[in-house]
Parts: sequence; C-alpha cells; structure tokens
Amino acid sequence: MPAAPAPARPPHMFQPQPWRDRRMELILGNLLRSGVLLSAAVVLWGGSIYLFRHAHEPANYRVFLGEPSEFRTIRGVIQSVINGRGRGLIQLGLLLLIATPIARVAFSVVGFTIERDRMYVGFTLIVLAILLYSLFGSSVGV
Amino acid sequence: MTVLEFTAVVAVVSFVAGFLGSLTGLGGGVVLVPLLTLLFHVDIRYAIGASLVSVIATSSGAAAAYVKEGFSNIRIGMFLEIATTFGALLGAFLATRIPTSALAIIFGAVLLYSAYLSRKPRPVAQRNLPPDPLATRLRLNGSFPDLEGQRSYNVQHVPTGFSLMFGAGALSGLLGIGSGAVKVLAMDQAMRIPFKVSTTTSNFMIGVTAAASAGVYLSRGYVDPGLAMPVMLGVLAGSLLGSRILVKAETKSLRLVFSLVILVLGLQMLYKGFWGKI
Repeated sequence: MPAAPAPARPPHMFQPQPWRDRRMELILGNLLRSGVLLSAAVVLWGGSIYLFRHAHEPANYRVFLGEPSEFRTIRGVIQSVINGRGRGLIQLGLLLLIATPIARVAFSVVGFTIERDRMYVGFTLIVLAILLYSLFGSSVGV
Repeated sequence: MTVLEFTAVVAVVSFVAGFLGSLTGLGGGVVLVPLLTLLFHVDIRYAIGASLVSVIATSSGAAAAYVKEGFSNIRIGMFLEIATTFGALLGAFLATRIPTSALAIIFGAVLLYSAYLSRKPRPVAQRNLPPDPLATRLRLNGSFPDLEGQRSYNVQHVPTGFSLMFGAGALSGLLGIGSGAVKVLAMDQAMRIPFKVSTTTSNFMIGVTAAASAGVYLSRGYVDPGLAMPVMLGVLAGSLLGSRILVKAETKSLRLVFSLVILVLGLQMLYKGFWGKI
C-alpha cells in the first residue's frame, strides 16, 4: 500500500540546522525580553522611592566621585536593598539587567549541548567565562 | 537643577534619543553620552556608565522581535562574541586609565565615522559566493527567508571579521556604546553577511558585549543609580515605541536629520576633547 503523500512543509523545514537554532533563539529572545521588563520594573520601583525622598535636593554630576561601595558591589547592593534604599533597588534592577544577557549565554550552552555541537559548547563557555569574570572577578569585594 | 527636574529632563531626552535611534536604525546610545556631557555637564565617566546600561536594555528588549523574523544566525553571533567580549573587557579596563579628554576625542571620531557611514549607500550584496573553508568548519554559513523562499549565504574572511569585532568590542567597552558602525564594517563588508542577517545578529551580540564591560563599570563606581535610572527607562521606552511604528517611507529624511545631529555632536566632542573642556 503506497504511503500517503507527505504534507507540504514550510521551506525552513528543509534546513535541518537553522530550524533547531530558530526554536532555541525564540526561547532565548523571550527570556531576554522578560529579563529586561523585570529589571525595568525594579528600576522604576527603586526610582520612585529615590525621587520621593530626594526630589528637591540639587543634582550634580559635574564632578566624578565614583559610587560608594554600597552601590558598586553585589554584596553592598543587596545590603542597601535590605536597608530599604531606593538607589539600592535601582542598582539591583541594573544588576538583573546585566544578568539577562549572561543568562542567555548560559542557556545557549544547554542548547548547544542538546544539539551535540561540542565546538559551540566550547565557544559559548568561553564567552560565559568572560562575562562571569567581568561581573564577579573584576570587583574588589563581591 | 533639583533631582526631580534633572531626572525628568534626562528621561525625556533619553526617550527621544531611543525613539529616533530605533526609528532610523542608527542606535540611540551613540548620541546619549555627548548629550549628557555637552547639555547636562555630566562627567563623561558617569555618562558612559549610564549609556552602557541602556545599550543592554535596548538590545535585549528588541531581541524577541528580531528572532521572530528569523534572520539572525546564532552561531555567527556566538563565535564573534568571543572577540567582542574580550574586546569589551579590555576597553572597560582602558576606560578607567586613560584621561577623559582622550575619551572625548575617540568618541568624537567614532561619531564622525558613524555620521559618514549612515550617509553612504549600502553595498550591494554579492550572492552565490563560494564557501570559505574556515567558515564551513566553524559552521557559520546559513540561510534566511527571502522573497523567493530560503536564501543561503556563505560567510567570507573570518579572521578579518573576528579581528574587527574585537575592535568593536573594545570601543563598546571604552565608550559605552553599541558600536554598530564597526559591526557593520566587520559583518557586512568583511564577512559579506547579508544585511538583514548582520543587523539582527549584531543586535543580539550588542547586549552580551555591553554586559561584559558593564560589570567592570559597576564595580568601579561608574554607574550612578540616580543618572542610570532615567537614562535606561527613557531609552528603553523610546526604542520600544520606535520599533513599533517603523514607517519605512519617512525614515529617509529622519535619517538625514539624525546623522546631522551625530555629526554636530561629534565635532563638539572633538572640540571639547582637544581644548580640555571635558
């Protein structure tokens, strides 16, 4: 008995590799957008607290002083959030934002592992190592 | 100016920059640092820190929309990210060492180059190039949906493109911008990647590249929450709106105006850098 004719497939199905990549990218794209929206919400929340408390103080960014450690280390940011500081929350939101593309790279490691693409698992791990070094290794006190 | 006034004005300016940047495809980040330093007299280091954060937001926020179009190539992106993240880390460390006047001069030069590039007609894509052995081994070649169905392409000159991307990453880390102009040079002109593929792939890469230097900036105290908040929220909202109402017909004159703005800002940055006013 002859097999039933295969249903018409969209053209991208004939490209085995891009199709899998595309599914992976869709997941990653949505992950990135959720991360950005979450971090924007946290920044907005922290910003409202900051503005509510400091609205009428003078703003001056002419002279570079550098941020105090509570706004430039992960431990400091978490501590200032616990202390209920608006600017600590903004920094937490910004840390979430920086973490978003890092999460995307981490998920790509999983994706390439599923595809059994060793070369790209290696490449992605290199990128991930650089990103993690920047976030954790370069700061004086984590 | 009080904190409230400053926040409101910076948010509006960032919104407009993000809106025009995404509408014209020239990117909003590139005008932010000069606007903050020239108009609001913000120290260039704070300006770069805030701009870098907004670059991550716009790149990652737009990624989902780009992926749906099915043009980006995740392997090209990941391979070149090795170069851009290394470069970004180097750029971020350099930024903490070189004088601000030098930063302003480099920034001015990049702005002038971006303005020039935005007026140059896009090179006509060459089709049916022979496969390059290195690109084939790295599995960089791919295909994307076109009017006539699936169109495949072969990536060329991998070492040149990789080196240029290292430079793009270094500029991004040094100046807090997406450095789309250098990416165009590397991906379109050296590697001969079709325009649609290169723009969407580089959007993916910009966020990862910026994240590599943002960690350094944050830990060095260059990211001020009071400044980064209106910049990041403004640029993000502006660019999301800009990508929704992409009207092809009217972007031509808008592009002209925006590239003139970039040109003027570039000259201003050079002037301030050379006369030590920064």
